[in-house]
Amino acid sequence: MSNGMTKLNELTIEEAARRLRARECSVRELWDACAEEAQKRNPELRAYLEIFPADDEAIAAAQKRIDAEGERAPLLCGIPLAIKDNILIEGKIASASSKMLENYRATYDASVVKKLKEAGALFIGRTNMDEFAMGSSTEHSAFGATKNPIDTERVPGGSSGGSAAAVAAHLAIAALGSDTGGSIRQPAALTGIVGLKPTYGAVSRSGLIAMGSSLDQIGPLAKSVADARILHEAIRGKDELDSTTIPDGLYPKREIPKTLRIGVPRHLLREGVDPDVLVAFEATLAKLKEAGHAVVDVELPASAHALAAYYIIMPAEVSTNLARLDGMRYGRAARGDTLLDDYIKSRTEGFGEETRRRILLGTFVLSSGYIDAYYRKADAARAVLRREYDKAFESCDVIAFPTTPSPAFKFGEKSDPLSMYLEDIFTVTANLTGMPAISVPMNTVNRDGKELPVGIHFTAPHQAEDVLFTVGNTVEKSL
Amino acid sequence: MATVEEVKKLATLARVRLADAELEKFTKEFDAILAYVETISAVEMPEGEALRSGQPLRNVMREDGVPHAPGAYTEKLAAQFPARGGDALSVKQILTH
Repeated sequence: MSNGMTKLNELTIEEAARRLRARECSVRELWDACAEEAQKRNPELRAYLEIFPADDEAIAAAQKRIDAEGERAPLLCGIPLAIKDNILIEGKIASASSKMLENYRATYDASVVKKLKEAGALFIGRTNMDEFAMGSSTEHSAFGATKNPIDTERVPGGSSGGSAAAVAAHLAIAALGSDTGGSIRQPAALTGIVGLKPTYGAVSRSGLIAMGSSLDQIGPLAKSVADARILHEAIRGKDELDSTTIPDGLYPKREIPKTLRIGVPRHLLREGVDPDVLVAFEATLAKLKEAGHAVVDVELPASAHALAAYYIIMPAEVSTNLARLDGMRYGRAARGDTLLDDYIKSRTEGFGEETRRRILLGTFVLSSGYIDAYYRKADAARAVLRREYDKAFESCDVIAFPTTPSPAFKFGEKSDPLSMYLEDIFTVTANLTGMPAISVPMNTVNRDGKELPVGIHFTAPHQAEDVLFTVGNTVEKSL
Repeated sequence: MATVEEVKKLATLARVRLADAELEKFTKEFDAILAYVETISAVEMPEGEALRSGQPLRNVMREDGVPHAPGAYTEKLAAQFPARGGDALSVKQILTH
């Protein structure tokens, strides 16, 4: 099939932007192609909780701008994007896939949405997720799980599973997700696309429904590394509405050397990773070597404690952040005899099982008598981990490992909470250290006769996203 | 390890109610989860400098002032209220005899 025959919804941002400028297609045609495919496939995949009606005004405005500005128009102008259901779009429901916020209509735009609107981007719909972004499969959504478009008997990963499925199945050109412990990178890996968690503070969280505030970042899910970069560049930057955002150049600038030194913590890969995932990983490293890069050993011993530290810090922050949801000002409002009954009834009806589990865990690790043994220890482990990463980056430019230990699993396979938590074993380190990280497809592994995608994961020093795009491009080209 | 009574207490503190069956299930799961996260106790507590990493943390304050015209967002926010009296949020009596 010639390139000209590729369906419009299957295009990358880069290619769609080129065609729009070359008048090979219109914004309306691009929108219709994505919207029609979304309408057709969504009943089966449940990637979207809601597909928005066409915004005729926005479509016309985007077309007019491309016509008037041509090459100077932003690359995202007229591009249909999917937005995770925990990111606010004024006037639209933002439920975080929870019954608690089923009826909550956003009263303002998230800063990232404002930036995308200013760039002329269009929004196809809001995507399914694990409730309040807690989970690795979307099975914790209050509105039913999303299916993996590669194999519909399997999960798409999570918590940004709806965004990942929408992009992988071409129900949108690209998407936004949020990543607290791997929620962008793990679903990207399991659906065969690219996912980026930016540096902590790189992207404003104003208008993101908070989960773990020392960990959360908004980032892109895209069909290519170049697309992830375009979307990241469009949403990043300091924002006065989020005081945790950072200015450019806060961390020392990293030059991108011709020969990248790729650090591999082999001691972490000795057990727990599927043998064929390791084979795919080694083959990808071999290709990077062929491309002229160097693979070096690094030691990150504190990584052994990363997941434990994460499952203390994250629930602690969850229990704090979700305390604001009390049935009073917005969201679910169940009523009993007393004011206390109102709170308890609203929270009991509103929160799903995993959400309640994590609120209780967080309440436990923060309670007096336990805070020293758990929370303070975890905080210390986090500091040690970060120092280890800083030290490792003295002798390498990026650190590589598989994004997940295995490919997509089947629905119900990880019903024990701890086994689900182990999905995040590699990805949480980047959230704990605040460093940027990317997952890029690296070949497939076979399960039950199906070829399933797996991802390679790179971490870079703070604000060194460019190094990630460079190494990601190399992997992409070698496939 | 965790007991049903402890988990019940946590639920009370967190203002959620758990059914009996769920209480038992959560208690069992907590044992497994806590056994895992307790591996953190093997971490040696670093001291002084080692505890500080990266950029020093500081509070970010904004100048006092009027951020927007009074009432600019009132209707939008009040439209979300489960019950309202004019522009006010209606709630049950807070102090009881």
